[in-house]
Amino acid sequence: MSRWLPRGYLAIVYGLLYAPIIVLVVFSFNDSRTGYEWGGLSWRWYESLFNNRAMVEAMWNSLWLALSAATVSTLIGALTALALHRYRFRGKKVLNGMLFVVMMSPEIVLAISLLALFLLVGLQLGYVSLLLAHVTFCLPFVVITVMARLSGFDERLPEAARDLGANDFTMTRTVLIPVIMPALLAGWLLGFTLSLDDVVVSTFVSGPSYEILPLRIYSMVRVGLKPEVNALGTLLLVFSLVMLMLSQWILTRSKQ
Amino acid sequence: MRSALQQPFKTAVLVLVWGWLLFLVFTPNLLVVGASVMTRDPGSFIALPFSLDAYRQLLNPLYLEVFLHSLYMAAMTTLCCLLIGYPFAWALSKVPKQRQMLLIFLLIVPFWTNSLVRTYALKLILATNGLLNNALLGLGVIEEPVRLLYTEGAVIIGLVYLLLPFMILPLYSVFDDLREDYLRASHDLGAGRWPTFIHVIVPLTLPGVLAGIMLVLLPAMGLFFVPDILGGSRNLLVGNVIKNQFLDARNWPFGAAASILLTLAMAFLMFAHKLSKKRLGEDGV
Repeated sequence: MSRWLPRGYLAIVYGLLYAPIIVLVVFSFNDSRTGYEWGGLSWRWYESLFNNRAMVEAMWNSLWLALSAATVSTLIGALTALALHRYRFRGKKVLNGMLFVVMMSPEIVLAISLLALFLLVGLQLGYVSLLLAHVTFCLPFVVITVMARLSGFDERLPEAARDLGANDFTMTRTVLIPVIMPALLAGWLLGFTLSLDDVVVSTFVSGPSYEILPLRIYSMVRVGLKPEVNALGTLLLVFSLVMLMLSQWILTRSKQ
Repeated sequence: MRSALQQPFKTAVLVLVWGWLLFLVFTPNLLVVGASVMTRDPGSFIALPFSLDAYRQLLNPLYLEVFLHSLYMAAMTTLCCLLIGYPFAWALSKVPKQRQMLLIFLLIVPFWTNSLVRTYALKLILATNGLLNNALLGLGVIEEPVRLLYTEGAVIIGLVYLLLPFMILPLYSVFDDLREDYLRASHDLGAGRWPTFIHVIVPLTLPGVLAGIMLVLLPAMGLFFVPDILGGSRNLLVGNVIKNQFLDARNWPFGAAASILLTLAMAFLMFAHKLSKKRLGEDGV
Protein backbone atom coordinates (compact mmCIF):
# COMPACT_ATOMS: atom_id res chain seq x y z
CA MET A 1 0.00 0.00 0.00
CA SER A 2 1.28 3.44 -0.82
CA ARG A 3 2.12 5.68 2.11
CA TRP A 4 0.13 8.56 0.73
CA LEU A 5 -3.25 6.88 0.57
CA PRO A 6 -3.64 6.49 4.37
CA ARG A 7 -2.19 9.93 5.00
CA GLY A 8 -4.50 11.56 2.50
CA TYR A 9 -7.42 9.79 4.13
CA LEU A 10 -6.41 11.02 7.59
CA ALA A 11 -6.11 14.55 6.24
CA ILE A 12 -9.60 14.43 4.69
CA VAL A 13 -11.26 13.19 7.89
CA TYR A 14 -9.43 15.79 10.00
CA GLY A 15 -10.51 18.42 7.50
CA LEU A 16 -14.15 17.38 7.88
CA LEU A 17 -13.88 17.30 11.69
CA TYR A 18 -12.44 20.80 11.81
CA ALA A 19 -14.41 22.45 9.00
CA PRO A 20 -17.44 23.37 11.15
CA ILE A 21 -15.22 24.71 13.91
CA ILE A 22 -13.24 26.85 11.49
CA VAL A 23 -16.44 28.14 9.90
CA LEU A 24 -17.73 29.03 13.35
CA VAL A 25 -14.59 30.96 14.30
CA VAL A 26 -14.42 32.81 10.97
CA PHE A 27 -18.10 33.72 11.07
CA SER A 28 -17.82 35.06 14.60
CA PHE A 29 -15.92 38.01 13.08
CA ASN A 30 -18.42 38.45 10.26
CA ASP A 31 -20.16 41.80 10.13
CA SER A 32 -23.12 40.49 8.11
CA ARG A 33 -26.35 39.94 9.98
CA THR A 34 -27.73 37.14 7.78
CA GLY A 35 -24.92 34.90 8.86
CA TYR A 36 -24.25 33.31 5.47
CA GLU A 37 -22.50 36.00 3.45
CA TRP A 38 -19.24 37.64 4.28
CA GLY A 39 -19.76 41.26 5.30
CA GLY A 40 -16.30 42.27 6.46
CA LEU A 41 -14.45 41.96 9.76
CA SER A 42 -16.17 43.07 12.93
CA TRP A 43 -16.21 42.63 16.68
CA ARG A 44 -19.90 43.45 16.89
CA TRP A 45 -21.06 39.98 18.00
CA TYR A 46 -18.53 39.91 20.80
CA GLU A 47 -19.72 43.36 21.86
CA SER A 48 -23.38 42.41 21.77
CA LEU A 49 -22.51 39.27 23.71
CA PHE A 50 -20.96 41.22 26.56
CA ASN A 51 -23.69 43.85 26.50
CA ASN A 52 -26.27 41.15 27.11
CA ARG A 53 -26.65 41.10 30.88
CA ALA A 54 -28.50 37.80 31.09
CA MET A 55 -25.76 36.23 28.97
CA VAL A 56 -22.95 37.57 31.13
CA GLU A 57 -24.76 36.35 34.23
CA ALA A 58 -25.17 32.88 32.71
CA MET A 59 -21.44 32.90 31.92
CA TRP A 60 -20.53 33.65 35.52
CA ASN A 61 -23.00 31.05 36.77
CA SER A 62 -21.48 28.44 34.48
CA LEU A 63 -17.94 29.28 35.49
CA TRP A 64 -18.80 29.16 39.17
CA LEU A 65 -20.65 25.87 38.76
CA ALA A 66 -17.77 24.31 36.79
CA LEU A 67 -15.25 25.56 39.33
CA SER A 68 -17.12 24.15 42.31
CA ALA A 69 -18.13 20.89 40.58
CA ALA A 70 -14.53 20.26 39.49
CA THR A 71 -13.21 20.96 42.98
CA VAL A 72 -15.72 18.79 44.83
CA SER A 73 -15.43 15.92 42.35
CA THR A 74 -11.64 16.02 42.50
CA LEU A 75 -11.77 15.88 46.27
CA ILE A 76 -14.22 12.99 46.47
CA GLY A 77 -12.77 11.27 43.39
CA ALA A 78 -9.24 11.35 44.81
CA LEU A 79 -10.40 9.91 48.13
CA THR A 80 -12.35 7.21 46.29
CA ALA A 81 -9.32 6.31 44.19
CA LEU A 82 -7.16 6.13 47.31
CA ALA A 83 -9.69 3.93 49.07
CA LEU A 84 -9.96 1.61 46.06
CA HIS A 85 -6.20 1.46 45.72
CA ARG A 86 -5.20 1.06 49.36
CA TYR A 87 -7.95 -0.55 51.32
CA ARG A 88 -9.62 -3.88 51.25
CA PHE A 89 -13.25 -3.60 52.14
CA ARG A 90 -16.49 -5.37 51.54
CA GLY A 91 -18.39 -4.27 48.46
CA LYS A 92 -15.33 -2.95 46.62
CA LYS A 93 -16.56 -4.55 43.42
CA VAL A 94 -19.98 -2.98 43.87
CA LEU A 95 -18.37 0.44 44.32
CA ASN A 96 -16.29 -0.04 41.19
CA GLY A 97 -19.37 -1.25 39.36
CA MET A 98 -21.40 1.82 40.32
CA LEU A 99 -18.69 4.15 39.05
CA PHE A 100 -18.56 2.17 35.81
CA VAL A 101 -22.34 2.39 35.44
CA VAL A 102 -22.23 6.18 35.87
CA MET A 103 -19.59 6.45 33.18
CA MET A 104 -21.20 4.11 30.68
CA SER A 105 -24.89 4.78 31.06
CA PRO A 106 -26.44 7.16 28.55
CA GLU A 107 -26.41 10.69 29.98
CA ILE A 108 -30.14 10.99 29.65
CA VAL A 109 -30.71 8.01 31.95
CA LEU A 110 -28.52 9.63 34.62
CA ALA A 111 -30.36 12.90 34.05
CA ILE A 112 -33.87 11.60 34.63
CA SER A 113 -32.84 9.47 37.60
CA LEU A 114 -31.35 12.54 39.30
CA LEU A 115 -34.39 14.65 38.42
CA ALA A 116 -36.63 12.00 40.00
CA LEU A 117 -34.48 12.01 43.15
CA PHE A 118 -34.37 15.80 43.50
CA LEU A 119 -38.11 16.22 43.02
CA LEU A 120 -39.01 13.40 45.37
CA VAL A 121 -36.81 14.69 48.21
CA GLY A 122 -38.13 18.19 47.56
CA LEU A 123 -34.82 19.82 46.58
CA GLN A 124 -35.39 23.05 44.69
CA LEU A 125 -33.81 22.86 41.24
CA GLY A 126 -30.97 25.35 41.00
CA TYR A 127 -27.34 25.64 41.94
CA VAL A 128 -27.33 22.81 44.50
CA SER A 129 -29.06 20.27 42.24
CA LEU A 130 -26.74 21.20 39.36
CA LEU A 131 -23.69 20.85 41.60
CA LEU A 132 -24.74 17.41 42.92
CA ALA A 133 -25.46 16.19 39.39
CA HIS A 134 -22.25 17.55 37.86
CA VAL A 135 -20.08 16.13 40.64
CA THR A 136 -21.73 12.75 40.11
CA PHE A 137 -20.96 12.52 36.39
CA CYS A 138 -17.44 13.93 36.80
CA LEU A 139 -16.55 11.54 39.62
CA PRO A 140 -15.67 8.40 37.60
CA PHE A 141 -13.35 10.37 35.32
CA VAL A 142 -11.41 11.76 38.28
CA VAL A 143 -11.25 8.31 39.88
CA ILE A 144 -9.83 6.78 36.68
CA THR A 145 -7.24 9.53 36.25
CA VAL A 146 -6.02 9.23 39.84
CA MET A 147 -6.09 5.41 39.80
CA ALA A 148 -3.91 5.39 36.69
CA ARG A 149 -1.36 7.48 38.54
CA LEU A 150 -1.52 5.34 41.67
CA SER A 151 -1.01 2.09 39.76
CA GLY A 152 2.49 3.18 38.77
CA PHE A 153 3.42 4.07 42.31
CA ASP A 154 6.10 2.51 44.54
CA GLU A 155 4.22 0.66 47.30
CA ARG A 156 7.18 0.87 49.68
CA LEU A 157 6.80 4.63 50.17
CA PRO A 158 3.61 4.50 52.27
CA GLU A 159 5.05 1.53 54.18
CA ALA A 160 8.16 3.54 54.99
CA ALA A 161 6.00 6.45 56.16
CA ARG A 162 4.01 4.09 58.38
CA ASP A 163 7.21 2.62 59.83
CA LEU A 164 8.37 6.11 60.65
CA GLY A 165 5.28 6.53 62.76
CA ALA A 166 2.89 8.34 60.43
CA ASN A 167 -0.79 7.49 60.76
CA ASP A 168 -3.02 7.05 57.68
CA PHE A 169 -3.99 10.69 57.50
CA THR A 170 -0.43 12.03 57.82
CA MET A 171 0.85 9.47 55.33
CA THR A 172 -1.82 10.45 52.83
CA ARG A 173 -1.04 14.14 53.25
CA THR A 174 2.74 13.92 53.08
CA VAL A 175 3.35 10.98 50.74
CA LEU A 176 0.32 10.16 48.59
CA ILE A 177 -1.01 13.63 47.81
CA PRO A 178 2.30 14.93 46.37
CA VAL A 179 2.57 11.80 44.21
CA ILE A 180 -0.93 12.09 42.78
CA MET A 181 -0.84 15.89 42.39
CA PRO A 182 -0.50 15.87 38.58
CA ALA A 183 -3.43 13.46 38.31
CA LEU A 184 -5.45 15.69 40.64
CA LEU A 185 -4.81 18.70 38.42
CA ALA A 186 -5.61 16.77 35.25
CA GLY A 187 -8.77 15.36 36.85
CA TRP A 188 -9.80 18.81 37.99
CA LEU A 189 -9.39 20.25 34.50
CA LEU A 190 -11.31 17.34 32.99
CA GLY A 191 -14.13 17.83 35.48
CA PHE A 192 -14.17 21.56 34.81
CA THR A 193 -14.53 21.03 31.07
CA LEU A 194 -17.12 18.27 31.39
CA SER A 195 -19.21 20.47 33.64
CA LEU A 196 -18.89 23.53 31.41
CA ASP A 197 -19.97 21.60 28.30
CA ASP A 198 -22.76 19.50 29.72
CA VAL A 199 -26.15 19.98 28.10
CA VAL A 200 -28.12 16.80 28.65
CA VAL A 201 -27.98 16.49 32.44
CA SER A 202 -28.25 20.25 33.03
CA THR A 203 -31.41 20.46 30.92
CA PHE A 204 -33.15 18.26 33.46
CA VAL A 205 -31.79 19.40 36.80
CA SER A 206 -31.60 23.18 36.44
CA GLY A 207 -34.31 25.59 37.44
CA PRO A 208 -35.18 29.15 36.47
CA SER A 209 -33.32 30.52 39.49
CA TYR A 210 -29.90 29.59 38.12
CA GLU A 211 -29.43 29.90 34.37
CA ILE A 212 -26.24 28.45 32.93
CA LEU A 213 -24.53 28.92 29.59
CA PRO A 214 -25.28 25.67 27.70
CA LEU A 215 -28.99 26.07 28.39
CA ARG A 216 -28.92 29.70 27.28
CA ILE A 217 -27.17 28.62 24.06
CA TYR A 218 -29.70 25.83 23.64
CA SER A 219 -32.64 28.19 23.76
CA MET A 220 -30.86 30.50 21.30
CA VAL A 221 -29.93 27.95 18.64
CA ARG A 222 -33.24 26.13 18.53
CA VAL A 223 -34.77 29.00 16.64
CA GLY A 224 -32.82 30.09 13.58
CA LEU A 225 -29.28 31.38 13.52
CA LYS A 226 -27.84 33.72 16.09
CA PRO A 227 -24.48 35.29 15.18
CA GLU A 228 -23.77 35.86 18.89
CA VAL A 229 -23.55 32.10 19.27
CA ASN A 230 -20.57 32.08 16.87
CA ALA A 231 -18.75 34.54 19.11
CA LEU A 232 -19.67 32.63 22.26
CA GLY A 233 -18.67 29.33 20.67
CA THR A 234 -15.30 30.76 19.68
CA LEU A 235 -14.68 31.95 23.22
CA LEU A 236 -15.62 28.54 24.64
CA LEU A 237 -13.39 26.84 22.07
CA VAL A 238 -10.36 28.93 22.99
CA PHE A 239 -11.08 28.39 26.65
CA SER A 240 -11.35 24.58 26.32
CA LEU A 241 -8.23 24.49 24.17
CA VAL A 242 -6.24 26.30 26.84
CA MET A 243 -7.55 23.94 29.52
CA LEU A 244 -6.78 20.86 27.45
CA MET A 245 -3.25 22.01 26.64
CA LEU A 246 -2.71 22.82 30.30
CA SER A 247 -3.75 19.34 31.41
CA GLN A 248 -1.62 17.64 28.72
CA TRP A 249 1.32 19.78 29.75
CA ILE A 250 0.90 18.86 33.40
CA LEU A 251 0.62 15.15 32.62
CA THR A 252 3.61 14.97 30.25
CA ARG A 253 5.78 17.11 32.50
CA SER A 254 5.08 14.89 35.50
CA LYS A 255 6.16 11.80 33.55
CA GLN A 256 9.64 13.15 32.94
CA MET B 1 -8.28 -6.31 61.32
CA ARG B 2 -8.35 -2.99 63.13
CA SER B 3 -11.67 -1.57 64.17
CA ALA B 4 -13.32 1.52 62.67
CA LEU B 5 -12.27 3.63 65.63
CA GLN B 6 -8.63 2.90 65.06
CA GLN B 7 -8.87 3.87 61.43
CA PRO B 8 -10.91 7.04 61.47
CA PHE B 9 -9.54 8.17 58.10
CA LYS B 10 -10.45 4.99 56.28
CA THR B 11 -13.91 5.01 57.84
CA ALA B 12 -14.51 8.65 56.95
CA VAL B 13 -13.47 8.13 53.31
CA LEU B 14 -15.58 5.02 52.89
CA VAL B 15 -18.64 6.62 54.47
CA LEU B 16 -18.33 9.67 52.23
CA VAL B 17 -17.88 7.67 49.02
CA TRP B 18 -20.54 5.11 49.80
CA GLY B 19 -22.92 7.83 50.94
CA TRP B 20 -22.48 9.78 47.72
CA LEU B 21 -22.89 6.79 45.43
CA LEU B 22 -25.84 5.34 47.34
CA PHE B 23 -27.68 8.66 47.44
CA LEU B 24 -26.90 9.93 43.94
CA VAL B 25 -26.46 6.77 41.88
CA PHE B 26 -28.15 3.81 43.50
CA THR B 27 -31.30 5.48 44.85
CA PRO B 28 -32.03 7.49 41.68
CA ASN B 29 -31.74 4.39 39.52
CA LEU B 30 -34.00 2.50 41.88
CA LEU B 31 -36.50 5.37 41.65
CA VAL B 32 -36.54 5.12 37.86
CA VAL B 33 -37.19 1.38 38.00
CA GLY B 34 -39.91 2.05 40.57
CA ALA B 35 -41.46 4.85 38.54
CA SER B 36 -41.66 2.67 35.46
CA VAL B 37 -44.01 0.20 37.16
CA MET B 38 -46.27 2.79 38.78
CA THR B 39 -49.18 4.87 37.57
CA ARG B 40 -49.00 8.36 36.20
CA ASP B 41 -50.20 11.09 38.54
CA PRO B 42 -50.60 14.76 37.66
CA GLY B 43 -49.83 16.00 41.19
CA SER B 44 -46.98 13.90 42.52
CA PHE B 45 -45.77 12.54 39.15
CA ILE B 46 -46.17 8.91 40.16
CA ALA B 47 -48.68 7.04 42.27
CA LEU B 48 -49.79 3.55 43.19
CA PRO B 49 -51.12 1.09 42.11
CA PHE B 50 -48.36 -0.77 40.39
CA SER B 51 -48.96 -1.35 36.73
CA LEU B 52 -47.17 -2.35 33.59
CA ASP B 53 -49.06 0.19 31.49
CA ALA B 54 -45.88 2.16 30.79
CA TYR B 55 -44.28 -0.87 29.19
CA ARG B 56 -47.45 -1.63 27.27
CA GLN B 57 -47.38 1.94 26.01
CA LEU B 58 -43.89 1.35 24.60
CA LEU B 59 -45.55 -1.05 22.18
CA ASN B 60 -48.07 1.56 21.06
CA PRO B 61 -47.60 1.76 17.26
CA LEU B 62 -47.11 5.54 17.43
CA TYR B 63 -44.14 5.27 19.81
CA LEU B 64 -42.91 2.03 18.35
CA GLU B 65 -42.47 3.87 15.08
CA VAL B 66 -40.48 6.64 16.79
CA PHE B 67 -38.28 4.06 18.55
CA LEU B 68 -37.63 2.10 15.39
CA HIS B 69 -36.82 5.28 13.48
CA SER B 70 -34.48 6.33 16.27
CA LEU B 71 -32.85 2.91 16.28
CA TYR B 72 -32.47 3.12 12.50
CA MET B 73 -30.78 6.54 12.70
CA ALA B 74 -28.54 5.34 15.54
CA ALA B 75 -27.63 2.21 13.56
CA MET B 76 -26.83 4.29 10.46
CA THR B 77 -24.74 6.62 12.62
CA THR B 78 -22.83 3.68 14.08
CA LEU B 79 -22.30 2.16 10.64
CA CYS B 80 -21.00 5.45 9.22
CA CYS B 81 -18.70 5.90 12.23
CA LEU B 82 -17.40 2.37 11.77
CA LEU B 83 -16.86 2.76 8.01
CA ILE B 84 -15.03 6.06 8.50
CA GLY B 85 -13.33 5.16 11.78
CA TYR B 86 -11.97 1.68 10.98
CA PRO B 87 -9.63 2.73 8.14
CA PHE B 88 -8.92 5.94 10.02
CA ALA B 89 -7.72 4.11 13.15
CA TRP B 90 -5.70 1.75 10.96
CA ALA B 91 -4.02 4.61 9.13
CA LEU B 92 -3.44 6.42 12.42
CA SER B 93 -1.63 3.40 13.90
CA LYS B 94 0.77 3.42 10.91
CA VAL B 95 1.88 7.02 11.45
CA PRO B 96 5.24 7.50 13.23
CA LYS B 97 4.78 7.39 17.01
CA GLN B 98 5.60 11.00 17.83
CA ARG B 99 3.18 12.37 15.29
CA GLN B 100 0.50 9.91 16.51
CA MET B 101 0.32 11.72 19.85
CA LEU B 102 -0.30 15.03 18.13
CA LEU B 103 -2.95 13.51 15.87
CA ILE B 104 -4.77 11.95 18.84
CA PHE B 105 -4.62 15.29 20.60
CA LEU B 106 -6.25 16.86 17.52
CA LEU B 107 -8.91 14.18 17.65
CA ILE B 108 -9.91 14.92 21.23
CA VAL B 109 -9.87 18.72 20.94
CA PRO B 110 -13.39 18.76 19.46
CA PHE B 111 -14.49 16.37 22.20
CA TRP B 112 -13.51 19.02 24.73
CA THR B 113 -15.48 21.77 23.03
CA ASN B 114 -19.13 22.35 23.61
CA SER B 115 -21.15 19.84 21.59
CA LEU B 116 -24.09 22.22 21.27
CA VAL B 117 -21.89 24.83 19.68
CA ARG B 118 -20.47 22.25 17.28
CA THR B 119 -23.94 21.09 16.32
CA TYR B 120 -24.88 24.70 15.71
CA ALA B 121 -21.79 25.11 13.52
CA LEU B 122 -23.06 22.27 11.34
CA LYS B 123 -26.28 24.19 10.92
CA LEU B 124 -24.29 27.07 9.40
CA ILE B 125 -22.97 24.67 6.80
CA LEU B 126 -26.11 22.66 6.06
CA ALA B 127 -28.72 25.46 5.97
CA THR B 128 -30.62 26.02 2.70
CA ASN B 129 -28.70 29.25 2.06
CA GLY B 130 -25.73 27.93 4.00
CA LEU B 131 -22.14 27.33 2.94
CA LEU B 132 -22.47 23.88 1.42
CA ASN B 133 -25.39 24.86 -0.81
CA ASN B 134 -23.64 28.07 -1.84
CA ALA B 135 -20.48 26.17 -2.68
CA LEU B 136 -22.34 23.57 -4.71
CA LEU B 137 -24.32 26.28 -6.52
CA GLY B 138 -21.11 28.17 -7.21
CA LEU B 139 -19.48 25.07 -8.63
CA GLY B 140 -22.51 24.42 -10.78
CA VAL B 141 -23.10 20.97 -9.28
CA ILE B 142 -26.68 21.86 -8.45
CA GLU B 143 -29.14 24.31 -10.03
CA GLU B 144 -31.19 25.09 -6.96
CA PRO B 145 -30.45 24.95 -3.24
CA VAL B 146 -31.04 21.48 -1.80
CA ARG B 147 -32.85 21.06 1.47
CA LEU B 148 -30.29 19.48 3.77
CA LEU B 149 -31.39 20.81 7.13
CA TYR B 150 -34.31 19.27 9.02
CA THR B 151 -33.87 15.91 7.36
CA GLU B 152 -32.99 12.47 8.62
CA GLY B 153 -29.62 12.84 6.88
CA ALA B 154 -28.83 16.02 8.81
CA VAL B 155 -29.46 14.23 12.12
CA ILE B 156 -27.21 11.35 11.11
CA ILE B 157 -24.48 13.77 9.96
CA GLY B 158 -24.73 15.60 13.28
CA LEU B 159 -24.54 12.40 15.31
CA VAL B 160 -21.59 11.06 13.29
CA TYR B 161 -19.82 14.37 13.71
CA LEU B 162 -20.24 14.34 17.49
CA LEU B 163 -19.58 10.64 18.07
CA LEU B 164 -16.83 9.73 15.58
CA PRO B 165 -13.96 10.15 18.09
CA PHE B 166 -15.68 7.63 20.40
CA MET B 167 -15.51 5.04 17.61
CA ILE B 168 -11.95 5.90 16.59
CA LEU B 169 -10.29 5.80 20.03
CA PRO B 170 -11.10 2.17 20.97
CA LEU B 171 -10.33 1.09 17.39
CA TYR B 172 -7.01 2.88 17.51
CA SER B 173 -6.14 1.11 20.73
CA VAL B 174 -6.70 -2.36 19.19
CA PHE B 175 -4.80 -1.44 16.01
CA ASP B 176 -1.99 -0.11 18.15
CA ASP B 177 -1.77 -3.51 19.89
CA LEU B 178 -1.93 -5.44 16.62
CA ARG B 179 1.43 -7.14 16.30
CA GLU B 180 3.17 -7.07 12.98
CA ASP B 181 4.38 -10.68 13.43
CA TYR B 182 0.82 -12.01 13.17
CA LEU B 183 0.41 -10.29 9.83
CA ARG B 184 3.81 -11.53 8.68
CA ALA B 185 3.02 -15.05 9.90
CA SER B 186 -0.23 -15.00 7.99
CA HIS B 187 1.62 -13.79 4.91
CA ASP B 188 4.34 -16.44 5.31
CA LEU B 189 1.68 -19.12 5.56
CA GLY B 190 0.57 -18.08 2.12
CA ALA B 191 -2.49 -16.02 2.95
CA GLY B 192 -3.15 -13.08 0.67
CA ARG B 193 -4.23 -9.65 1.82
CA TRP B 194 -7.94 -10.39 1.85
CA PRO B 195 -7.77 -13.68 3.82
CA THR B 196 -5.35 -12.05 6.27
CA PHE B 197 -7.82 -9.23 6.76
CA ILE B 198 -10.79 -11.55 7.29
CA HIS B 199 -9.11 -14.22 9.39
CA VAL B 200 -6.49 -12.25 11.33
CA ILE B 201 -7.15 -8.53 11.43
CA VAL B 202 -10.94 -8.58 11.83
CA PRO B 203 -11.03 -11.07 14.74
CA LEU B 204 -8.18 -9.29 16.51
CA THR B 205 -9.84 -5.89 16.23
CA LEU B 206 -13.32 -7.14 17.10
CA PRO B 207 -13.22 -6.02 20.77
CA GLY B 208 -12.38 -2.52 19.58
CA VAL B 209 -15.24 -2.61 17.09
CA LEU B 210 -17.69 -3.69 19.78
CA ALA B 211 -16.39 -1.09 22.24
CA GLY B 212 -16.81 1.56 19.55
CA ILE B 213 -20.34 0.39 18.77
CA MET B 214 -21.15 0.55 22.48
CA LEU B 215 -19.82 4.09 22.79
CA VAL B 216 -21.66 5.33 19.69
CA LEU B 217 -24.95 3.44 19.38
CA LEU B 218 -26.41 4.37 22.76
CA PRO B 219 -25.50 8.07 22.85
CA ALA B 220 -26.84 8.20 19.29
CA MET B 221 -30.26 7.39 20.74
CA GLY B 222 -30.01 9.83 23.62
CA LEU B 223 -28.53 13.10 22.30
CA PHE B 224 -31.85 14.90 22.04
CA PHE B 225 -30.40 18.28 21.13
CA VAL B 226 -29.13 17.06 17.75
CA PRO B 227 -32.60 16.50 16.25
CA ASP B 228 -33.81 19.63 18.03
CA ILE B 229 -31.25 21.71 16.16
CA LEU B 230 -30.81 19.80 12.89
CA GLY B 231 -33.71 17.42 12.46
CA GLY B 232 -37.02 19.18 12.87
CA SER B 233 -39.98 17.52 14.53
CA ARG B 234 -40.12 14.37 12.44
CA ASN B 235 -36.74 12.88 13.21
CA LEU B 236 -36.92 12.23 16.93
CA LEU B 237 -34.59 10.13 19.03
CA VAL B 238 -35.52 8.00 22.05
CA GLY B 239 -33.86 10.78 24.03
CA ASN B 240 -36.41 13.30 22.75
CA VAL B 241 -39.26 11.00 23.79
CA ILE B 242 -37.80 10.57 27.29
CA LYS B 243 -37.22 14.30 27.61
CA ASN B 244 -40.75 15.14 26.49
CA GLN B 245 -42.28 12.63 28.87
CA PHE B 246 -40.34 13.97 31.83
CA LEU B 247 -40.33 17.70 31.17
CA ASP B 248 -43.46 18.39 29.09
CA ALA B 249 -46.00 15.57 29.12
CA ARG B 250 -45.19 14.75 32.77
CA ASN B 251 -45.69 11.06 32.15
CA TRP B 252 -42.93 9.71 34.36
CA PRO B 253 -43.76 6.01 34.20
CA PHE B 254 -43.56 6.05 30.41
CA GLY B 255 -40.35 8.11 30.34
CA ALA B 256 -38.83 5.79 32.94
CA ALA B 257 -39.80 2.69 30.97
CA ALA B 258 -38.20 4.15 27.83
CA SER B 259 -35.01 4.89 29.71
CA ILE B 260 -34.93 1.35 31.10
CA LEU B 261 -35.15 0.14 27.52
CA LEU B 262 -31.98 2.15 26.80
CA THR B 263 -30.25 0.79 29.89
CA LEU B 264 -31.07 -2.79 28.91
CA ALA B 265 -29.66 -2.14 25.45
CA MET B 266 -26.48 -0.87 27.10
CA ALA B 267 -26.25 -3.95 29.33
CA PHE B 268 -26.64 -6.19 26.29
CA LEU B 269 -23.88 -4.42 24.37
CA MET B 270 -21.55 -4.53 27.36
CA PHE B 271 -22.18 -8.24 27.69
CA ALA B 272 -21.37 -8.79 24.00
CA HIS B 273 -18.19 -6.78 24.38
CA LYS B 274 -17.07 -8.80 27.38
CA LEU B 275 -17.86 -12.04 25.60
CA SER B 276 -15.78 -11.09 22.56
CA LYS B 277 -12.79 -10.21 24.73
CA LYS B 278 -13.09 -13.47 26.62
CA ARG B 279 -13.26 -15.51 23.45
CA LEU B 280 -10.13 -13.81 22.14
CA GLY B 281 -8.39 -14.61 25.41
CA GLU B 282 -9.34 -18.32 25.21
CA ASP B 283 -8.01 -18.55 21.69
CA GLY B 284 -4.65 -17.82 23.21
CA VAL B 285 -4.11 -14.62 21.28
